[in-house]
Amino acid sequence: MKDIRLMKGNEAIAEGVIRAGCDGYFGYPITPQSEVLEYLMANKTKERTGMIVLQAESEIASIHMVYGGAGCGKRVMTSSSSPGISLMQEGISFMAGTELPCLLLNVVRGGPGLGTIQPSQSDYFQTVKGGGHGDYKLIVLAPASVQEMYDFAKLGFELAFKHRIQVMVLSDGAIGQMMEKVELDEQMPRLTNDEIKAKYPWATTGKTPDRERNIITSLDLNPVKQEIININLQKKYKHIQETEVRFERIMCDDAEYLFVAYGSSARICQKAVLLGRERGIKVGLLRPITLFPYPSEELAKLAKQVKGMLSVEMSAGQMVEDVRLSVNGAVPVEHYGRLGGIMPAPDEVLNVLEQNFIKEKNYEPHTH
Amino acid sequence: MSHIPTRDEVIEPENLVYSRTCLLTDNALSYCPGCGHGTAHRLIMEVIEEMNLQSETIGVAPVGCSVLAYDFMNIDMQQAAHGRAPAVATGIKRLHPEKFVFTYQGDGDLAAIGTGETIHVCNRGENIAVFFVNNGIYGMTGGQMAPTTLPNMKTATSPFGRDTETMGHPLKITELIANLPGTYFVSRQSVHTPANVRKAKKAIEKAIQYQKLNKGLCFVEIVSNCNSGWKMTPLESNKWMEENMFPFYPLGDIKVPK
Repeated sequence: MKDIRLMKGNEAIAEGVIRAGCDGYFGYPITPQSEVLEYLMANKTKERTGMIVLQAESEIASIHMVYGGAGCGKRVMTSSSSPGISLMQEGISFMAGTELPCLLLNVVRGGPGLGTIQPSQSDYFQTVKGGGHGDYKLIVLAPASVQEMYDFAKLGFELAFKHRIQVMVLSDGAIGQMMEKVELDEQMPRLTNDEIKAKYPWATTGKTPDRERNIITSLDLNPVKQEIININLQKKYKHIQETEVRFERIMCDDAEYLFVAYGSSARICQKAVLLGRERGIKVGLLRPITLFPYPSEELAKLAKQVKGMLSVEMSAGQMVEDVRLSVNGAVPVEHYGRLGGIMPAPDEVLNVLEQNFIKEKNYEPHTH
Repeated sequence: MSHIPTRDEVIEPENLVYSRTCLLTDNALSYCPGCGHGTAHRLIMEVIEEMNLQSETIGVAPVGCSVLAYDFMNIDMQQAAHGRAPAVATGIKRLHPEKFVFTYQGDGDLAAIGTGETIHVCNRGENIAVFFVNNGIYGMTGGQMAPTTLPNMKTATSPFGRDTETMGHPLKITELIANLPGTYFVSRQSVHTPANVRKAKKAIEKAIQYQKLNKGLCFVEIVSNCNSGWKMTPLESNKWMEENMFPFYPLGDIKVPK
């Protein structure tokens, strides 16, 4: 019999990492994601699977604890929300420089500054374009349901270790807090120390006579060597762009107009697609699941088919830049977003699409 | 004229009274001649070798003069961001409680940018060892004022001397963390004379031995010179250290197990 439960998004990813054989979680409370740490503590993970859970003194400490654990080849993670993720950028950059695998979760809230605790998607640039210093990228997974919050725990660890990269689940306050049914998998065993030594020969597990010492460092003062390190990083990102793109097409086959949206906005647009079809508008939705690597090729293909694209984001217009780069002027691309923790309604985004591409001027979208 | 022994004659086995520990690599130390870091490295590696802990040890290097400690220590190591070594060590130790884990940090790293991590790693009583080299200055970046710079001491960023009115007081972080229940053994040593080297080695031995007990964090401060940063000869700097640093940072055990 299937194991199906009603869970919050934050609880689902916490359960997901336990079942994915996670070795350690290090985190600091912040709304709207504190349920992750609370759920892990309440579930006595040490007894269940041996997983270590530690509440750190700050987000800065959390991410560097993750660095230490990841450097030992362990499956480790942290989670936070926007202001806390800003604090973690130092450690994320160091993990990029040392190519340490880890799972990160940002349950995004409105900014800048303390902003609000309501959902937002205004951390796209920080997550997809960098955030910390240096030329690096994260694999970014954008869940649009509680089930995906759960699923991306396992997927995130798989990708992180496959490519020795940091995987960020870019969620938001709505996906983190809402409750939906979740289908759970069997418990995966945690790797033993011997398995880790065999699978991850780079890990610091104690120098034995059969190998040279293992060093985890992002420092190389020789610019010639440092450039090679950087070039190799870029090769890896290119390989990921070529092999790991994930997206969902919703009623795209006959679409004349296209919403492009991820996460909560994609859920809203999914409803707007149905409303549009009722109004006789052939509209579809392209939902990027990976924000890096971005589904640029798919958008370029759709640009040959549709008359206009509307990028819907709970931001002032961040992902829209990637949509425009993908279609490269082949088709008009507009942005619609609500800011500061406000979520748009389905008819609101549909009206904007109609106004931009179908009706004529002098239209003001009504807001709720 | 008396016979001058050749190199081969000198290194005859019967003449060998001391050899470098195999846990130090052949890489030339990047430290200035006269600096105490090299001795501190040697003592820690000697103790780890004598206790046969090479395969059981994971070290954490900081940012500062000892950022390249992993070039010299022949053990598995992770290099941490500035001040974050205690957090990195926490992550390692929590996931490898059977390993011997230590951090090696300078005063800017441990007592300025990493103060939060230092206090909390001690307060949690993480079962790690912290080796803290305090020379009262930022050596790597060229001799700027450190949290441990003495009052009126001249540095690149306190060129007229540290004015405690505007620049704050030197931080006795070792006394501070000794007050926390999570620390088990806290000692302050130096490595500028053979007698002090022997005492420092004893303290390092204890810090490593005690980790097996899982009773809390062991912390060994090594007050050291920075002849380059202090703009003195090595001998002058050792004398200056005795006359100025030791009165403010007195040597000896600060907290010992009951």
